[in-house]
Amino acid sequence: MEKKQALFNYLLRLADNSAILGHKLSEWCGHGPELEEDIAIINTALDLLGHSRSLYTYAGEVEGKGKTEDDLAFLRIEREYKNALITELPNGHYGDTIARQYLFDQFNYLLFIELEKSSDETVAAIAAKAIKEIRYHLRRSIEWTLRLGDGTEESHAKIQEAFDDVWAYTGDLFVQDDSDLVIIAEGIGPDLKAIQPIWREKVKATLAEATLLIPEDGWMHSGSKQGRHTEHMGHILSELQYMQRTYPGCEW
Amino acid sequence: MSEHELQAIFDRKIENEVKIEPKDWMPDAYRKNVLRQMSQHAHSEIVGMLPEGNWITRAPSLRRKVALLAKIQDEAGHGLYLYSAAETLGTDRERIVLDLLEGKAKYSSIFNYPALTWADIGAVGWLVDGAAIVNQIMLQKTSYGPYSRAMIRICKEESFHQRQGYEILLTLCRGTEEQKAMAQDALNRFWWPSLMMFGPSDKDSPHSAQSMAWKVKRMGNDELRQKFIDQTVKQADFLGLTLPDPDLKWNEEKGQYDWGQIDWEEFYNVIKGNGPCNKERLAARQKAYDNGAWVRDAATAYAKKRAERKNKEAA
Ligand SMILES: [Fe+2]
Ligand SMILES: [Fe+2]
Ligand SMILES: [Fe+2]
Repeated sequence: MEKKQALFNYLLRLADNSAILGHKLSEWCGHGPELEEDIAIINTALDLLGHSRSLYTYAGEVEGKGKTEDDLAFLRIEREYKNALITELPNGHYGDTIARQYLFDQFNYLLFIELEKSSDETVAAIAAKAIKEIRYHLRRSIEWTLRLGDGTEESHAKIQEAFDDVWAYTGDLFVQDDSDLVIIAEGIGPDLKAIQPIWREKVKATLAEATLLIPEDGWMHSGSKQGRHTEHMGHILSELQYMQRTYPGCEW
Repeated sequence: MSEHELQAIFDRKIENEVKIEPKDWMPDAYRKNVLRQMSQHAHSEIVGMLPEGNWITRAPSLRRKVALLAKIQDEAGHGLYLYSAAETLGTDRERIVLDLLEGKAKYSSIFNYPALTWADIGAVGWLVDGAAIVNQIMLQKTSYGPYSRAMIRICKEESFHQRQGYEILLTLCRGTEEQKAMAQDALNRFWWPSLMMFGPSDKDSPHSAQSMAWKVKRMGNDELRQKFIDQTVKQADFLGLTLPDPDLKWNEEKGQYDWGQIDWEEFYNVIKGNGPCNKERLAARQKAYDNGAWVRDAATAYAKKRAERKNKEAA
């Protein structure tokens, strides 16, 4: 695979991760467990959407077909979205959202500190800017994991179940394909296989501090890099794309 | 000091435009009046997040999605700030929020109307935030210190919201026929409810006279409403949209617009709970409160455990 195609694929995956998770988090707006949490969760959603915009814009440049951030964000078919499966899972209760968020934040953090050193200047610049926010997301989702894990009996049971349920979607974060191999060889991004054990250690430590058990590594879902999604994705896109599909070619 | 003397000091402060501060003596009725207004205002910020929130996941572009989300986040911030300011009157936030959920406290009736199209997001920003600003500029001079300061802080963001809403409509009005029709439809639906935001005519408003005497309010409902209409007509013209009021006409003599009749029956109906979304709005707040209970409890329990652990370490 040539470098340009690999980079385009790679950027879309990163952008889709942030866009879809930001989209899911934004559903909490106005419905959070307290006002302070509404504000904090919107902050994370805003940051992630901001990262996706930079990444889509750069992806459009790399592709060279004149596509804008919105063309890429709104006008692909489901199979062309490459976000990790974990980002498209339903929000569930607050514990489900926190478990999903912590596992993703921990991954995203380890990924972006490596991307800061990317041989691609634009990727490095985007990562350098984003990492400050991702560090904050991570700190916040660790704090909530601790609060819920080591809070009440009820919260402990709920967050443990949430981690158990979401666990089978974590393997998908580390699957690599041909694009990744080019990206690694070109020094654009890290080898996810090298990140995985570090991620696992960090997660284990956080869960232990939260008095939670790390779930067993059993069978794992996969498929996001081929655009094979969960049933949830189509519904996300129906909302996300509603205006762009109903009124094609308009300025908003 | 006798109550008589305290009352005299209070009256003198009101007279001389000295702000009343939380630790100052104030008549019970004044405290209640200000608390009622501030909590109503805070609830409006929070319930107001819901109709706009209805469009976050369907916003037509990333730029618009981010702007809408940030706007709603501002409203949450306003709510938080106003709840804190209201707490200075001696009632805690939990109680104030419960009053809303138990139907004892009101919020602005405008938020019982649905946001049906993307253009509604523009109309809400332009008209609803616009009407709120007219009210809030007046409230910057309110006699209760914390409320006045809250308004000064919040007004800047509200102006930004209004411009953002207007700009959404401007984009639609310069777009396709369909987009322009969407904008006109939103204006048709939101115009009259926006005028109702200022409340009943002063002669029919139960709290108006006393609020004015205490300088909690500095202008009457009718005067504020007129001000809003006069400034909005030009803006509608610039958009090329028609305000849905056949009686709207410039009155040279008065130097202001004449305009038609508000359907007060609709207003009172919505206040009573018979609006398009009253049930949904309160149910959404109740659900967030109920579903969040175990999360709040966990946070409290964890904070307590952590504090205990720290104490042990220190000992
Ligand atoms: Fe913010
Ligand atoms: Fe506000
Ligand atoms: Fe606002």
